Amino acid sequence: MALFGWEGLKKLGLRPQTPNVEAGTGPATKCESCGEILLKKTLENNLWVCPSCDHHHRITAWERVQVTLDEDSFEENDANLASVDPLDFRGAKSYKNKLEEAFKATGMISAMVGGVGQLRGRDVAFGVTDSRFIMGSMGSVVGEKIARLAERAIDRRLPLIMVSGSGGGARMYEGLFSLMQMAKTSAAIGRLGDAGLPFISVCTDCTMAGVWASWAALGDIIIAEPRALIGFTGPRVIKTTINCELPEGFQLSEFLLAHGQVDMIVHRYELRDRIAAAFDIMLGKTPEAAAAEK
Amino acid sequence: MSKKDDLPFEASLVELKKRIEELRNDAENTPGLKELLSSMQEKGNEVEKQLYENLSPWNTVEVARHPKRPQTRDYIDLMLDEFVELHGDRQFRDDLSIVTGLAQIGSHRVMLVGQHKGRDVTERHQCHAGCPHPEGYWKSLRKMRIAEQFGLPVVCLIDTKGAYPGIGSEERGVAIAIAENMRDMSKLKVPVVCVIIGEGGSGGALGLGVGNRILMLRHAYYSVISPEGCASILWRDGNKKAAAAGVLKLTSRDLQGFGLIDEIVDEPLGGAHRNPQVMAATLRAAIIRNLDELSRLSPTQLAQERYEKFRAYGRFTVEKNPPELPEFRDEESIPDEEEGDVA
Repeated sequence: MALFGWEGLKKLGLRPQTPNVEAGTGPATKCESCGEILLKKTLENNLWVCPSCDHHHRITAWERVQVTLDEDSFEENDANLASVDPLDFRGAKSYKNKLEEAFKATGMISAMVGGVGQLRGRDVAFGVTDSRFIMGSMGSVVGEKIARLAERAIDRRLPLIMVSGSGGGARMYEGLFSLMQMAKTSAAIGRLGDAGLPFISVCTDCTMAGVWASWAALGDIIIAEPRALIGFTGPRVIKTTINCELPEGFQLSEFLLAHGQVDMIVHRYELRDRIAAAFDIMLGKTPEAAAAEK
Repeated sequence: MSKKDDLPFEASLVELKKRIEELRNDAENTPGLKELLSSMQEKGNEVEKQLYENLSPWNTVEVARHPKRPQTRDYIDLMLDEFVELHGDRQFRDDLSIVTGLAQIGSHRVMLVGQHKGRDVTERHQCHAGCPHPEGYWKSLRKMRIAEQFGLPVVCLIDTKGAYPGIGSEERGVAIAIAENMRDMSKLKVPVVCVIIGEGGSGGALGLGVGNRILMLRHAYYSVISPEGCASILWRDGNKKAAAAGVLKLTSRDLQGFGLIDEIVDEPLGGAHRNPQVMAATLRAAIIRNLDELSRLSPTQLAQERYEKFRAYGRFTVEKNPPELPEFRDEESIPDEEEGDVA
């Protein structure tokens, strides 16, 4: 069992930390939402949730692996798939420039990390898109990784968890190739369902457009993090198209829950527990967990 | 065709046609002019042919959006032998931006599902200019399931700027509706033939676009984002739409080159709107031919072929030496520039 972050705290019977409660030192950072000055370490120990205002900061793909799966249980697959430039795309910046920038900012060669790990001792297929890599958008590589992950889940009879941090939707720079990834991933998720395996989709800030309109929307269970922006058309475009004010909280998780579009909103502290509980009921407890209870 | 149907890029052609008309009037009184007239007419046709063979990507978008371009209800009238329209999604309301119904086309009995923009102001209003709400996708899927139940092939005519961008559309989950359509269309155990007849506007188009065969009219376009949307992202200027149309590679010729569509359906000279009857006849023949071919496959083969078709879409490379991943949030470990060229 993981002993970092809140898992460790909880084991010790502690609540998440209040800001800078211990007189520790180290690099400081500022909450994106309330502006509270925090030690980086404090924020990290809180799973990048602000201890003051509860704002869920966006986290990287590898941080998501860290906070979701059992410690050191994850093995990445298809890590060497990399983008090409099928359109020879040249705008204000070329696609190659965008890829280089994304690589420099993240050290990743694609917007997705996928593989197999364990959650509370259960083997799971797990994938996550990273919002820093061209807004987590889906091009051919992300689409291919998701399709392969779903197929791997079918082969190994594993449930699938996908976490979306994809504000960018289908990646414009690969043109229709990107659009087609929506159909490809949706079809692959369809096959997973036919194989009787559950898919839990976790939507974090933001999950938009072509990603929300494909695999992310196809979870047997859809979980949203609090106050995440989730929608098809961006709020600014809707506002200018229909020329009227948008309701308070439009396209935030709470709005989607109220309109029946997601199953639950889960605080980052509780995410592992909720997913594990759902899998326990959908698939039965793992033999180890069942034996431990006896 | 009235004058206002001419597109800006056709200006020189229009001028030439005008001259030919004048000459025709004169030629009736002056027999010597007849030879000149026929050579002018030949030249006119040649110019029009050249113009349309070399349409710029943006001109293609203009033709695809032409207000007189034939729409689903035109094809229903001109192309089908019988049509029994079926309304409604049984859940919320009848979305008139998607027309569905039982149809006879040649020897084939099919389910027709087509996006319709509306041909006049009233109809455009009723159809939300061809931008479907979630209920449009629910309606389509419901009819496709009926098609599957009775072994009827599905024919989808695609023509939309995109799914409707609005509050109700988001409240009822247009994204989920599109995703579920794609997932379930990929499994249908009947032939599915999709035709982009005008605008193939991103997810709103693809929500009806998972077929065994993807056909595209020559001057239709199919794109991940509208040229205007792309221009405002790339240059923060929606007016650079012509340049954006170029970089997006959205024409039928480009997409056939990429292997993302199966067949280009020829349009009459000057675009489908110049001669809807001829257009409908050509399209009818293409649809019937594809249905003939697909009728040889078993239900399982049809679903399998369609899955494999979409599964194969995408271009990527395998890096032999993937860079080391950085430590979590460790700025020091970000690799240098030269390694960043992944293409």
